[in-house]
Amino acid sequence: MLSQIAYEWPEFATYYNWVFLAGAAGTTLALSALGVILGSVFGLLLAVARISDGRLLLPLRVLAFAFTEIFRRVPFLVTLMLAFFGFQIFFSDVPLFVVAAVTTTFIASAFLSEIIRGGLNSVHRNQWEAAEAMNFSQLQTIRHVILPQAWRVILPPAFGFFVMFIKDTALASQIGVVELTYAAKVLNNKGFSAALAFGVVLLIYFAISYPLARLGAALEIRLAPSRHHRP
Amino acid sequence: MHHLDITGLEARYGKNTVLSGIDLSVARGDVIGLIGPSGSGKSTILRVVMGLLPPVSGSVKLDGQPVDYAKAADVRRLRDRIAIVFQQYNLFQNMSVLQNVTITPTKIKKRPKAEVEEEARVLLAKVGLGDKLDSYPDQLSGGQQQRVAIARALALRPEILLLDEVTAALDPELVSEVLDSIRVLANEGMTMMIVSHEMGFIREVASRVVFMASGKIVETGPAAQIFDAPTQPRTQDFVSKILRH
Amino acid sequence: MGYVLQYGQIWPYLPRLLDGAWLALQIAVLAFCGGLLIGTLGAAIKSFGPRWLSMIVGAYVTFFTNTPQLVQIFFLYFALPDAGILLSSFNAVLLGMTLNAGAYLTEIQRAGFESSRRSELEASEVLGFSRLQQIRYVILPHVAQVLFPPLSNHFIIMTLGTSMAAVFGVEELTGQALNINSMTFRSIEVFTVTAGIYVVLTLIASVLLAAFGRFAFRARTKLI
Repeated sequence: MLSQIAYEWPEFATYYNWVFLAGAAGTTLALSALGVILGSVFGLLLAVARISDGRLLLPLRVLAFAFTEIFRRVPFLVTLMLAFFGFQIFFSDVPLFVVAAVTTTFIASAFLSEIIRGGLNSVHRNQWEAAEAMNFSQLQTIRHVILPQAWRVILPPAFGFFVMFIKDTALASQIGVVELTYAAKVLNNKGFSAALAFGVVLLIYFAISYPLARLGAALEIRLAPSRHHRP
Repeated sequence: MHHLDITGLEARYGKNTVLSGIDLSVARGDVIGLIGPSGSGKSTILRVVMGLLPPVSGSVKLDGQPVDYAKAADVRRLRDRIAIVFQQYNLFQNMSVLQNVTITPTKIKKRPKAEVEEEARVLLAKVGLGDKLDSYPDQLSGGQQQRVAIARALALRPEILLLDEVTAALDPELVSEVLDSIRVLANEGMTMMIVSHEMGFIREVASRVVFMASGKIVETGPAAQIFDAPTQPRTQDFVSKILRH
Repeated sequence: MGYVLQYGQIWPYLPRLLDGAWLALQIAVLAFCGGLLIGTLGAAIKSFGPRWLSMIVGAYVTFFTNTPQLVQIFFLYFALPDAGILLSSFNAVLLGMTLNAGAYLTEIQRAGFESSRRSELEASEVLGFSRLQQIRYVILPHVAQVLFPPLSNHFIIMTLGTSMAAVFGVEELTGQALNINSMTFRSIEVFTVTAGIYVVLTLIASVLLAAFGRFAFRARTKLI
């Protein structure tokens, strides 16, 4: 296997192939980053909906609850297929990247909403009470008082989710999005051995994920000790 | 017609009745001292009045206008006129001292920022914290935090100030600095309801003292009467116990 | 537009989906047990083993937790034959999931062991316990209580992860769904029902695991 790789290497390590792989890595990163960024926005809305009170908002709470439970309990691949065929049936000519990005956004929204809800709940009850007694609405309380304190609790696990998500997006290759895993398949089909094609892509994933994971660990340590204090 | 009229108030935590048959009137300039053993419901009265715990029955009237605690607008109007200071200060941890005092007037009441800040500086100077404007709550002692909380409540320009065991969480040597601030307010004629275990202080500032036990008002009267000549056995028992130390 | 949902067409295929769900559960259990074995060994080495061995385990964990499981399985399935190791698609999936689980479960259990070391110190202060009694009555119950929630959580993640076996033609739940989809072309119906089965399956697993953990180890698992 190794001699085969050594034999193929000069032909593999061309400028063209590296550019191709770099582009694919960019797509991989873009898929998870887009999912996490949009997912943070929707996740925040879902989390706020879930901790809202009042009988009028009950349907909203139930809906947000169902959304987070369902999309955390359906495999990536199945959600991807639903998005893929859903788009195929109801819209024409949607780029595959968009289909995959919608999938990552849905899934990330569900997971991040749980992380954000945990962060909001981590802020001491007396902060809510003081705000309530001074006529803050729930949204004003979240915006001015709770979020500025909760972000320290939210950021480390949210970042951890992002790093994990980079690996999950490998499944987007199944609908033909040209991200890293798909690129490995392309190179394999071009005649390079599977060991080389998938081996190199594994290493690229590692080169992306490992530093980010380390960064995440550092972030957690940095933010942990003074959780409830100054911004 | 009194400023604040509480009649037949009843409240529960879950299935436990924590207040029943509370009748209490507060006139302008009154300083009501609420005393009694722990769990007697003193703090609960303040929480119910603020709309933090919905009452089961009874009525609260402000200037003769009944407050419907089920109506958000009613509660909001009430909270515009009554402010509360909590035992645990409840300062916003993410804001500086000045921001803690100015946030509600500027962001919620939408008053002009410059005017509010000026007023906040005056209030903070008044509670002796004019030099701590940019400090954060976790940099202050408990007594300082509680004085910020008092300034924050005053910045709302309340007609009535509720003080919920504001010295209970403080180290003994920090109690007097907070009481001094409250004494100033009492002398200025601020209407207040004070829940406290500082009997000497209540005796000094309260225009009327309410003794509570088991969620009910047992006896009400001028400080001298409650402390020196209580008529009810439970009051006598309580007073004799606290006077023994 | 003009797509009309026709669930009636796919109900006849429900037994196949349930067969697939059963297979998915089996894969998850097998890979989890294998992973637990590797993970226990790995965590023991990382906590108590010699430095050089611990570094090898560390490299294994770091590599497998920082690369996608799907590509790991691709590698096993397509590249190992070059080295003369031929795996069936099912075995490649199972091996890949087991190795992947082993890495994560090493990390999870190492954290558990570390928390037990602290309790071990406290326990040693308790008078009259022999070393064995300490392990039996203090350390193991504590480790079980601490480890149960993250372990059962990882099992749920793995149950969902079995879905990628479909990529290799294994006819577990998602594989069956793809088959039925290509026969009926009722994509939305097939995949919503499949999604529903995953939700119900993992919900049942979560509830049972939480109940078991509570009963057996007094472990508090957050359900929702």
